[in-house]
Amino acid sequence: MPQAVAESIAIAALVIVLGVAVVAPPRLPEAVVAVPLGGLLVALRIVSPDDAATEIGRLGPTVGFLAAILALAHLADAEGVFEAAGAFVARRARGQPIRLLGLVFLVASAVTAALSLDATVVLFTPVVFATAASMRLRARPHVYACTHLANSASLLLPISNLTSLLAFGSTGLSFLRFGALMALPWLAVIAVEYAAFRFYFRADLRASHQPADDAGTTRQPVFAVVVVVLSLVGFAVTSAAGVPPVWAATAGAGVIAVRRFASRALTPRRLLESTNPAFCVFVLGLGVVVLGVNDHGLGRLMARLLPDSTALPAMLLTAVIAAVLANLVNNLPATLVVLAAGLGHPALVLAALIGVNVGPNLSYAGSLATLLWRRILRRRGAEPAVGDFLRLGLLTVPAALVVGVLALWVGLSTIGA
Amino acid sequence: MRVVVWIAEQTWEACIDAVATWAADDATVVLVHVTPSDVQGAAHHAFAGMLGRRGTDADPGDTVAHSAAASATGLLDAAEARLGRAAERDIRIGRVEREVVDAADGADLLVVARDGDDARLGPKSLGPHPRFVVDHAPCPVLLVWPGAAPAVGSIPPPPDRPPGKHHGPGHHDPHDREHGHHGRRRPPEPPAPQG
Repeated sequence: MPQAVAESIAIAALVIVLGVAVVAPPRLPEAVVAVPLGGLLVALRIVSPDDAATEIGRLGPTVGFLAAILALAHLADAEGVFEAAGAFVARRARGQPIRLLGLVFLVASAVTAALSLDATVVLFTPVVFATAASMRLRARPHVYACTHLANSASLLLPISNLTSLLAFGSTGLSFLRFGALMALPWLAVIAVEYAAFRFYFRADLRASHQPADDAGTTRQPVFAVVVVVLSLVGFAVTSAAGVPPVWAATAGAGVIAVRRFASRALTPRRLLESTNPAFCVFVLGLGVVVLGVNDHGLGRLMARLLPDSTALPAMLLTAVIAAVLANLVNNLPATLVVLAAGLGHPALVLAALIGVNVGPNLSYAGSLATLLWRRILRRRGAEPAVGDFLRLGLLTVPAALVVGVLALWVGLSTIGA
Repeated sequence: MRVVVWIAEQTWEACIDAVATWAADDATVVLVHVTPSDVQGAAHHAFAGMLGRRGTDADPGDTVAHSAAASATGLLDAAEARLGRAAERDIRIGRVEREVVDAADGADLLVVARDGDDARLGPKSLGPHPRFVVDHAPCPVLLVWPGAAPAVGSIPPPPDRPPGKHHGPGHHDPHDREHGHHGRRRPPEPPAPQG
């Protein structure tokens, strides 16, 4: 089959996968489309069976790791960790919106780094809304903080974002070294977000004149918090010892699961659902589809487009290209496309991760197409104007990209890759 | 008399107290609360942006919308308790500033609290939403400070006049009042050096 035809079919398959994600038809999860299309590309020999098997073999452990993290987060939620986090921020905020924002930044950044962005969006955001509402404070800045930090605070560890987990192997870095190099960009980006939020939401953050209610006491899920912290330590230890860190996550999730099985609070079915199997299968299908797109032209194009130097301007350019791509096609395929270009140096892979992880805050809904489509549909009756989202995105994303890459450059110059 | 009161988190107590002070005892009081739609929108969008998760996890935007309804009711319960008499309720979701203007249609009075800088008198004491509501209100507006109003002296002095344009001896600047007659006056500025 000629390259152009193969590339066109592969691109069409990717467009259909992304189109389903944008249109989001009810009862048609992305996996139901991505997996058959991946199979079709193999059947047409646009992706050879060997390459597809290699790709699935490469993605398999990553996806398994993700499943274990998702299970750990859901089990921690069932143990009351997020509810307790909400009570903690309510108590410490003492009725004041600015204190609440600072605490939400602290906890949302920690949750995202330790339990992945899924945990922040799905599990922590509703808790933050309920917390602000129960304190009779305006929830807007705090809910937006969660949605922003789910992306921008996912820089720290390979487990914080699937994009980082996918790219971790190509960096050639250890778990600890990855964290050490991304610590400074992580802090710098969070600081930029905080400054922007204080400015953008200044009216909503005005001091409250009502006396702070005494937020009652909630149960302290000490056991689950200890397990989560030990799992994090486990990632570093197993990684340093050359053992795949998926075992640390599996052990952490396993310990809580056994405890909940024993008290009959958990069924095997619920445990399986918490790993989000449909999502895991989707990632494998998407991997094969993107492989088809990359192998027949796009990979070479990206390799030409992306710089091959570790100088600061090259890192900035890489981050910007990655961020633009993430807004055009969603950051998961963007990561797979950028990685296929074979970035020559860990510095460039980390810069690209800053781009794909911070970039989505521009369009919120994963891509500009999704944002516009949801606006057209107005399914929720009163969908907010696109401009509201873009303004905050424009205020934070360009500054966070530049500051994040600068911080990465400083880190690399200090401790080296 | 129909008095519409905009109940917003962090400022609502002042509005309730203003109703007690200024509205007639037999006035119909309507408490309006608007949950900004972009709050649940942000949660919906964040979830939609996570490719491939639809199907298993619950959309956090739905959870937020559900608890928004409950918390609005709770806030209006507290407002009605502070008011000390029965009031009508108007709970909405949407663009806050436009919903409030819409709710004030046909009212005899709209009670609004400032929500910006409360350290000094001036335009920054109105955030974007009260600003829009005050500018577009279809009825008389009672605009209240959420706490004690700042002193009149908090208004910044007028900008300096361009150099070289001295005013005559009989001129009295009303903004210099707080310095009194014996206060130190700014000495006339020397002419700018030429060349």
